[in-house]
Amino acid sequence: MCLAIPALVTELLPNDMARVSLDGVTKEISLALVEGVAVGDYVILHVGYALARLDAAEAERTLALLDEAAMAHLAGTAA
Amino acid sequence: MKYVDEYRDAARARSLASAIGAEVVPGSAYAFMEFCGGHTHAISRYGIEDLLPPAIRMIHGPGCPVCVLPVGRIDAAIALARNPRVTLCTYADLMRVPASKGDSLQKAKAAGADIRMVYSTLDVLAIAAAEPSREVVFFAIGFETTTPPTAIAVQRAAAEGLANFSVFCNHVLTPAAMRAILATEGEEGVRLDGFVGPAHVSTIIGTEPYRQVAAEYRKPVVIAGFEPLDVMQSILLLVRQVNEGRAEVENQYIRAVRPNGNERAQAAIAEVFALRDRFEWRGLGWVPHSALRLRPEHARFDAEVRFGLETPSASDNPACECGAILRGVKRPAECKLFGTACTPESPMGSCMVSSEGACAAHWTYGRFRMPARLAS
Amino acid sequence: MDLSHGAGGRAMAHLIADLFQAEFGNEYLAQGNDQAAFDVAGGRMVMTTDGFVVSPLFFPGGDIGSLAVHGTINDIAMAGARPLYLTASYILEEGLPLADLKRIAASMGRASRDAGVPVVAGDTKVVERGKADGVFIATAGIGVVPAGLRLSGDLARPGDVVLLSGPIGDHGVAIMSCREHLSFDTAVLSDSAALHGLVAAMVARAGSGLRAMRDPTRGGLAATLNEIAQQSGVGILLREAAIPVRPQVAAACELLGLDPLNVANEGRLVAIADRQAAPALLEAMRGHPLGADAVEIGEVVEDADHFVQMITGFGGGRIVDWLAGEQLPRIC
Repeated sequence: MCLAIPALVTELLPNDMARVSLDGVTKEISLALVEGVAVGDYVILHVGYALARLDAAEAERTLALLDEAAMAHLAGTAA
Repeated sequence: MKYVDEYRDAARARSLASAIGAEVVPGSAYAFMEFCGGHTHAISRYGIEDLLPPAIRMIHGPGCPVCVLPVGRIDAAIALARNPRVTLCTYADLMRVPASKGDSLQKAKAAGADIRMVYSTLDVLAIAAAEPSREVVFFAIGFETTTPPTAIAVQRAAAEGLANFSVFCNHVLTPAAMRAILATEGEEGVRLDGFVGPAHVSTIIGTEPYRQVAAEYRKPVVIAGFEPLDVMQSILLLVRQVNEGRAEVENQYIRAVRPNGNERAQAAIAEVFALRDRFEWRGLGWVPHSALRLRPEHARFDAEVRFGLETPSASDNPACECGAILRGVKRPAECKLFGTACTPESPMGSCMVSSEGACAAHWTYGRFRMPARLAS
Repeated sequence: MDLSHGAGGRAMAHLIADLFQAEFGNEYLAQGNDQAAFDVAGGRMVMTTDGFVVSPLFFPGGDIGSLAVHGTINDIAMAGARPLYLTASYILEEGLPLADLKRIAASMGRASRDAGVPVVAGDTKVVERGKADGVFIATAGIGVVPAGLRLSGDLARPGDVVLLSGPIGDHGVAIMSCREHLSFDTAVLSDSAALHGLVAAMVARAGSGLRAMRDPTRGGLAATLNEIAQQSGVGILLREAAIPVRPQVAAACELLGLDPLNVANEGRLVAIADRQAAPALLEAMRGHPLGADAVEIGEVVEDADHFVQMITGFGGGRIVDWLAGEQLPRIC
């Protein structure tokens, strides 16, 4: 399936393009498939196109859920 | 890398592994299929199976568009590339896939065919614009994640009046493939308790298309993010659903998947493509309404129309078990050819060529499971 | 560059004089003979040959010329030997701009002088357009092994440790960043470097503890460790968390779906050493600019299958295999 990676939008370019950065590696990509992307957003990058904007709040929530599952288990075994 | 490294954290992995172990009902066995090749790769690359309790078995699904492409389609692409006027552009994944008579795109290129590896359909448009005397054909493959970039390219070509650009379309659909697998389950199919659903296909199609599959076959589907912690969390959610007798669609990849998916991408796909009646999948046979072709109004960009392409019916090596492996019925080590005639150096079927393929993943990562003491 | 330049006439003589002797300027070449004569040091000697066909010819951090000098010196150095002399033979493609050739020669001259290893003999041939990718360079090198030192890929033994001199993947990523239609921009430079100084420091400090050294070039760390495992009839167990990869290299690999373990390096070495000698060797390595990030990444184990295995950063296990062919970017 589909190799896609979160990349930081550093610059908006003409023609529905943008420059993104992955830890300093930069690339020009297409924003043709997404709307309302601003500099500072993270997008999911696949074959040169942004497929979706990454929701920072939901990312935090995912990590919190991960930790919750772990904590609940530890609490359960702490008997 | 932000939004990547956090989901590869070893400490969280250990906690999750314990949590999964604690929720597994003693005496029960769970068989989950990770549909998407990217998940197969993650499971192998990070050694996730070492962290799962023995009660859980992961079955590698057919979610690798390279693996499910029938040999005949590659033969057709090679024939096209041999046309001296044609420049065939392809993603690198396809270069080494074995076609008929031991041929491949890589071998055709070595013999002089103008075959160029690209990273993006943007590159193909650039080549077509820069070389107007060449017939530039894009060998399009992929599930719903990779389809929108092809759609945009066709729309751009139409807007710019590019006269030398066309697409050899092999885009396929995920829910149809899931159904095809579930339909054979129980006959010679293996018992499946649920699906780890694809991450990036779901950013495009959303969560709705899986509901019908889950309801009709009573199997839970958890849409999982791409990183190893996502996969493990999704497995935890699947175990819970099975224990509680639920068969729902859950979205673990909330940071990128919205319930409605990507409507802009869906609109582009709808504008450019139409559903084929049926399409042949390697390992699954003919599956109805499982693939796309260009709409008649875009016929000039359809390489099959433009070049009168015929897809020869080609068969795999009779001993090749790719079909059974793609359906989760057999494991790589159970194929007679695995490790003998079929190795990454001399692949017989595409399960071995693509790094997402079950056989390649097993060869590269899993041939020898480490003793427990080394893994701790 | 046209065919008359290789034909042995006046054009060739001028070419050699102007470009090569000017850039490499040493007493051997100045004599203008087809061979170089020197006294033999006595003792055990090593000899190597190498071919350089890299494309593009010029890449961030180096070019085919400096690569040829570094690569040949490194082959000698991996035996623990002190490199003495190099030769270089050029197959030049008709149509190669003379400015490019001058740039390559200058770079080679610089690399050779910096390393203290002269190019003492050379040759040039010109072939028709399309028969060489700009320029191919074939080299040979000789060196002398310190008395009593014997390093070989078949000497790794269970219990030995695996040391790595620095972060992996720089060269391969630098080359890829130049490839058409993979266009990404990165500050990553090739790590191309001559390692004989680092090796000398290691040998001086704890040479008797060394078993084998190799530079992980094409095929990356994975290929090199698998070679050694096969040669020695052992297994190797690595810890992923210990293997250094620069953030930009890791990011470029993620983007293209590549594994840094399979990506080429041109200025790193892997050393298999007796466990007792490891602390001293690491100290010697870290004291040298090319070994500042040296680290222990794993150990040699008993294994009838001769696998190279790795405990992933995530905590699970996997095999680290040789790749079948060149690693290609993937979309899947």
